[in-house]
Amino acid sequence: MLNPNAKLNQDLFDESKLKMTATRDGFGEGLVLAGEENENVVALSADLTESTRVEAFAKKFPERFFEVGVAEQNLATIAAGLGVSGKIPFIASYATFSPGRNWEQIRTTIAYNDSNVKIVGAHAGVSVGPDGATHQAIEDISTMRVMANMKVIVPCDAIEAKKATLAAAKIWGPVYIRLGREKSPVFTTDETPFTPGKVEVLWSPSSGSGRLLKPQVLIIGCGQLLYNALIAARDLEKEKIGVIVLNSHTIKPLDEKKIIELARKTGAVVTVEEHQVLGGLGGAVAEILAKNAPCPMEFIGMQDVFGESGPASELVEKYGMGILNIKTAVKKVLRRKR
Amino acid sequence: MLILDDKKVRFLEILANRIRQDIIRMLVQAGSGHSAGSLGMADIFTAFYFHILNHNARKPHWPDRDRLILSNGHICPVLYATLAHAGYFSIDELKTLRKLNSRLQGHPHRKVLPGLETTSGPLGSGLSQAIGMALAARLDNKKYRIYCLTSDGEHQEGNHWEAVMFAGKNRLSNLTALVDRNNIQIDGYTEGVMPLEPLKEKYEAFNWHVIEIDGHNFEHIVDAVAEAKAIHEKPTMIIAHTIPGKGVSFMESDYKWHGIPPNQSQAKMALKELEIIGRKIHGGI
Repeated sequence: MLNPNAKLNQDLFDESKLKMTATRDGFGEGLVLAGEENENVVALSADLTESTRVEAFAKKFPERFFEVGVAEQNLATIAAGLGVSGKIPFIASYATFSPGRNWEQIRTTIAYNDSNVKIVGAHAGVSVGPDGATHQAIEDISTMRVMANMKVIVPCDAIEAKKATLAAAKIWGPVYIRLGREKSPVFTTDETPFTPGKVEVLWSPSSGSGRLLKPQVLIIGCGQLLYNALIAARDLEKEKIGVIVLNSHTIKPLDEKKIIELARKTGAVVTVEEHQVLGGLGGAVAEILAKNAPCPMEFIGMQDVFGESGPASELVEKYGMGILNIKTAVKKVLRRKR
Repeated sequence: MLILDDKKVRFLEILANRIRQDIIRMLVQAGSGHSAGSLGMADIFTAFYFHILNHNARKPHWPDRDRLILSNGHICPVLYATLAHAGYFSIDELKTLRKLNSRLQGHPHRKVLPGLETTSGPLGSGLSQAIGMALAARLDNKKYRIYCLTSDGEHQEGNHWEAVMFAGKNRLSNLTALVDRNNIQIDGYTEGVMPLEPLKEKYEAFNWHVIEIDGHNFEHIVDAVAEAKAIHEKPTMIIAHTIPGKGVSFMESDYKWHGIPPNQSQAKMALKELEIIGRKIHGGI
């Protein structure tokens, strides 16, 4: 059942009532609010102001918005200078370009230099769709989380993206926020707790209806795919398989304590992310579990391949990140447990 | 900025000579590091920290200080030696360059040493960071100025030209950049590796004001900065022609000295030459 404490949208399994909004829209809204809260918030864009949703901020605070043109290295390094001069710069582009093309600039001038810059990578994952693999960032969680000083947040829907944006403006130091292009289900609410660095249980086996299902598998996810994980959890419950679904929106710092505790409780883990299975959320979880609570794991994500053009939902299915894939992974990890 | 009279010029020449001697001592102690560019820029660093910059070594984080950004971090021996002479830390600490637990990292790290404005080393990123600081100053209506020192070799980096374009477009007149035009880089002479000329015309085409100077002439350096301050509608680039390895005859203008330190006997010879130059300056007073 849905965790009542997570205060999720109660209509989330009713597609007719479900609101669909892209996480980038939540960011755009959050950025304006952050700008209202703190006059030191500034924004920079590399010729993608509209599609990264920085436009509303740029219109409201034109003197605090800087267009750098198609120049992602300059985007990061100008922000690094602003960030050590009392400003809180948000830099937005597509994740393949920033933090893709400008990785070294981010490493030296933002992370190592500890400049207060917020890097926003839109168009992450294969759900970017028709633009194809060149524009589908599937390595950005890995490449950002390996940097010392860097925090990594992957919001699961537009509301969480807004909260993450506001939180990032208040956190001192470099933060990477990962966003999607496509509209996706808004399944959290304004009341859903969000604390960077803390996981949130979204689903746990039902209690109270006579027989109590034991939690057998822990699903840890981030980003829009968490919605698929919730549907998988509901379906699995009908098959008498109890799972816990955990929203690990913050990949770094990872909520190690809670993840270890729940992995010990279930003894099996499936990670779900629209990202390479190498080094992303799954990798981060495997690192801490190998050390503290070794257990069988399955990894839902891009299996060391590039994406391609196509409709977003079909790409998610083709590359093995659909609801059925999650259910299959849960059953597989259960078998390995025995 | 104070008036530069003959007495002050003599003072700066003596200081630059001492800084060059410290650079040699630091490099031979460290056993690695960049000799040529460090020696070549000693006069410019001396002019900035002892005549041009509005700064206070006792308050390195004073918000209204002028900012000096060293983009080509590998010539940090000259920056460290100058900062020590300016009082940011003790001259004795210079011998810890590149050693374990030292604040004097092989390439400068802002977080550990007072007086540094950026972390640098990877080339071509300094000018954009200086731009970020210039934008912040403009937003906050601050009068401090931003100076960015760059190398000629790093002009081969795309990031640098992205910055040049941006500063020209945004008419950042509170930003003055300087290029150490010493014509050398690791693999050879710049015009052989990847030609930069016509450099002046390139900057002018990007809407910058350009001044060419002799980078070993204190009057030239100070006058160029004064001129840059008077230009209100453009950023200024000072092309400073310098001799890499300046002051040490066997290092001068030889690209092989770009990235190596002197050994013990070479250091002895270098110091001897610099001491003779030092005595000559003293004799002139």
